[in-house]
Amino acid sequence: MAVPLQYNIRNLLLRKGATVMTALGIALTVTTAIFIMALLAGLRDAFATSGEPNNVLVLRKGSTSELTAGGVSRDALPVIKDLPGVARDAQGQPMVSGEDITVIVLPRTDGTGETNVTVRFMTPTGIELRPRVKLTEGRWFTPGQREIVVSKSIHKRFAQANLGDQIWIGKGNWTVVGIFDSGGSAHDSEIWADINQLASDYDRTYYNSVYIGGTDPVAADALKNRVTDDQRLELSGMLETDYFAEQTSTGRPIKFVGVIVAVIMAIGSCFAAMNTMYAAVAYRSREIATLRVIGFSRPSILTSFVLESLLLSLLGALVGIVLMLPFNGMTTGTQNPVTWSEAVFSLRMTPFVVGSAVVFAVLMGLFGGLAPAWHAARREILASLRD
Amino acid sequence: MTLTRFVRKNALRNKRRSILTLLSIGFSLLLLTVMMTIWRAFYMSDGTAESANRLIVRHKVSMANFLPISYREKIRSMPGVKHVVNLTWFGGQYKDNKPENFFAEYATDPQEVFQVFTDFEIPPDQLEAWQKDRAGCIVDTDLAKRHNWKIGDRIVLKGSIFPVNAELTVRGIFTAPPGMSGLYFNNIYIDEGYPRVKGYVGWFTVLADSPQAVSGLAKSIDETFRNSDRPTKSESEKAFNLSWIAMLGNVKAFILSICMAVVFATLLVSANTMAMSIRERTREVALLKTLGFTRGTVLALFMSESIGLAACGGLLGALAASVVVRGMAASPQGGLLFQNMKVTLPTMLVATLVGAVVGLVSAFVPAYNASRGNIVDGLRHIG
Repeated sequence: MAVPLQYNIRNLLLRKGATVMTALGIALTVTTAIFIMALLAGLRDAFATSGEPNNVLVLRKGSTSELTAGGVSRDALPVIKDLPGVARDAQGQPMVSGEDITVIVLPRTDGTGETNVTVRFMTPTGIELRPRVKLTEGRWFTPGQREIVVSKSIHKRFAQANLGDQIWIGKGNWTVVGIFDSGGSAHDSEIWADINQLASDYDRTYYNSVYIGGTDPVAADALKNRVTDDQRLELSGMLETDYFAEQTSTGRPIKFVGVIVAVIMAIGSCFAAMNTMYAAVAYRSREIATLRVIGFSRPSILTSFVLESLLLSLLGALVGIVLMLPFNGMTTGTQNPVTWSEAVFSLRMTPFVVGSAVVFAVLMGLFGGLAPAWHAARREILASLRD
Repeated sequence: MTLTRFVRKNALRNKRRSILTLLSIGFSLLLLTVMMTIWRAFYMSDGTAESANRLIVRHKVSMANFLPISYREKIRSMPGVKHVVNLTWFGGQYKDNKPENFFAEYATDPQEVFQVFTDFEIPPDQLEAWQKDRAGCIVDTDLAKRHNWKIGDRIVLKGSIFPVNAELTVRGIFTAPPGMSGLYFNNIYIDEGYPRVKGYVGWFTVLADSPQAVSGLAKSIDETFRNSDRPTKSESEKAFNLSWIAMLGNVKAFILSICMAVVFATLLVSANTMAMSIRERTREVALLKTLGFTRGTVLALFMSESIGLAACGGLLGALAASVVVRGMAASPQGGLLFQNMKVTLPTMLVATLVGAVVGLVSAFVPAYNASRGNIVDGLRHIG
């Protein structure tokens, strides 16, 4: 027969001081773990939701980033446009966009210095290739004009990124004419502008990258291989989704430190929980013996104390989750090693993050409670009653 | 029985509890020590004395924008400049994409690099061999050990930023201060392999006459190129390193919040233990007082017990942290960020001190209550 759960709850309530302190200790550990997991989840989200499954990114062979020096000559474009499987827009034109990326320095609004921001130069077809990016304010840039459109997060995080503001890029000022929202994808870290204006500014005769829209994901996959295999081009194609997925490695330093922090804190909390549970067992030594005399078996005593420890850790998890809630959705940035500029993302307490935190706390409770519970179940009845 | 012995005996009367408390506090302060070490390495290290003499000149926008090599002679002619060398981040792949095969690769000028980096050390014959071989490279001792490279070995770096595969021969093995270790090869390799960037380099490192000259020199260099096609940003080597860390995001807030969480958690653990342990001894306290111990002495007894325990935890944590940090420094997952990080003695002392303060604060309330308690009530107390 199992010892009623009510017994454990009442005991926790009786020893309020110890319960609160132990639970708070666990809560702090859970909070830290959620914080780190939420950062990584946000970052992963930003890259995982980036890229259209129909799109193929074309780069110079051997290059792994859009930013790397030079790439696709303008002569390659007609060849690419003629490949089978390229989607066509309403006017019947092939959906191919030659693009370039550069990095500029902008001061942050919150006064924490300046940071690098990616500017993507593209054709209007490039906008069509990214249907999930929506204009929220103003209008798109006009080809041939020094006009830029900034993402919502850049608008928020940086001074001089409001409608009508001027930003110095390359050889002159460009006017902000619109704000777009890409729904948390990597484009949220970008500014978009017209490629032809850039070409005349910098005297460039080549694109850094070319985006091709396939008619469907299967065609895109075939296009990717066709570009890579075409001897005339000396280019390599990859799915846009794969390209962004790889940039999740941006979170590597956070992950590295985060795992160390979470594990060490968890071990510390385990010992603390163990301490509290040992004290609880020692304190109730006669009570436990009485339970045994009444007829509760050793396994049910063991279960009961493990459950008590779990209750304690779940309380900690609950407090930890509540403590972190205000930070959910907070936007922050880190350096993206692929684009040499800031990747903007937000903290995301996804169900997975919250679930992992609960499992994490349960594990702490389990490890902390097992030894004391074992100790409680093993005590000789007579010896305990005499205590 | 002396009072010290009394405190020690009491601290260890419940061995299991003492050990668990010690471990719990130890692990928390281990983390604190690791965080303090990262903080120290990022924000408080001044680098070598030689480093204070150097400044870095890069494109105003970012390192991804190159500078013309012609700037080198212009910089060299400025007053206060001893030597200038060009560097370019090659960023090629060695073997594969795995983090353990990642290291810094620089293309530079073998003739002058050792004159700028006066803190690099290499046997003169090896330097000469490298200067003579245009396809030669030098690697630092740690890197050579990690990949088991010897002089004469072939290393192939697959170009990713540049469409050039560098096929290099190890000509020398050198020692470098933290932050500048890696592989160095002749910039001519990129120039000839990829004519499009010929004449352009990543950045310049300048050796100034004195540390005092650095900031003035930085200003006059930037002034010189302000209206050119490619304006520059010059800063001391230290400021340059800090700007890399700033790009990681709000690292300071991250470290500080973890430190605060850790200290608070330690406080909770210690307070909980002392509360449990003092409650158990209510009767003893009453007995002590009957024997003539004053309230002050009783308070001091408990406090020193708690402080001793927590400080020991701090010391243990700090010692364990030096092992953890060594592991982090060696781990390929950490990349270049944690390389050469070490726990210093002052950091360990701070961790121990934090432990002691936590012990002091956490024991005060229960110890004070115990010392104030009524003797008769105390004697009547049942466990």
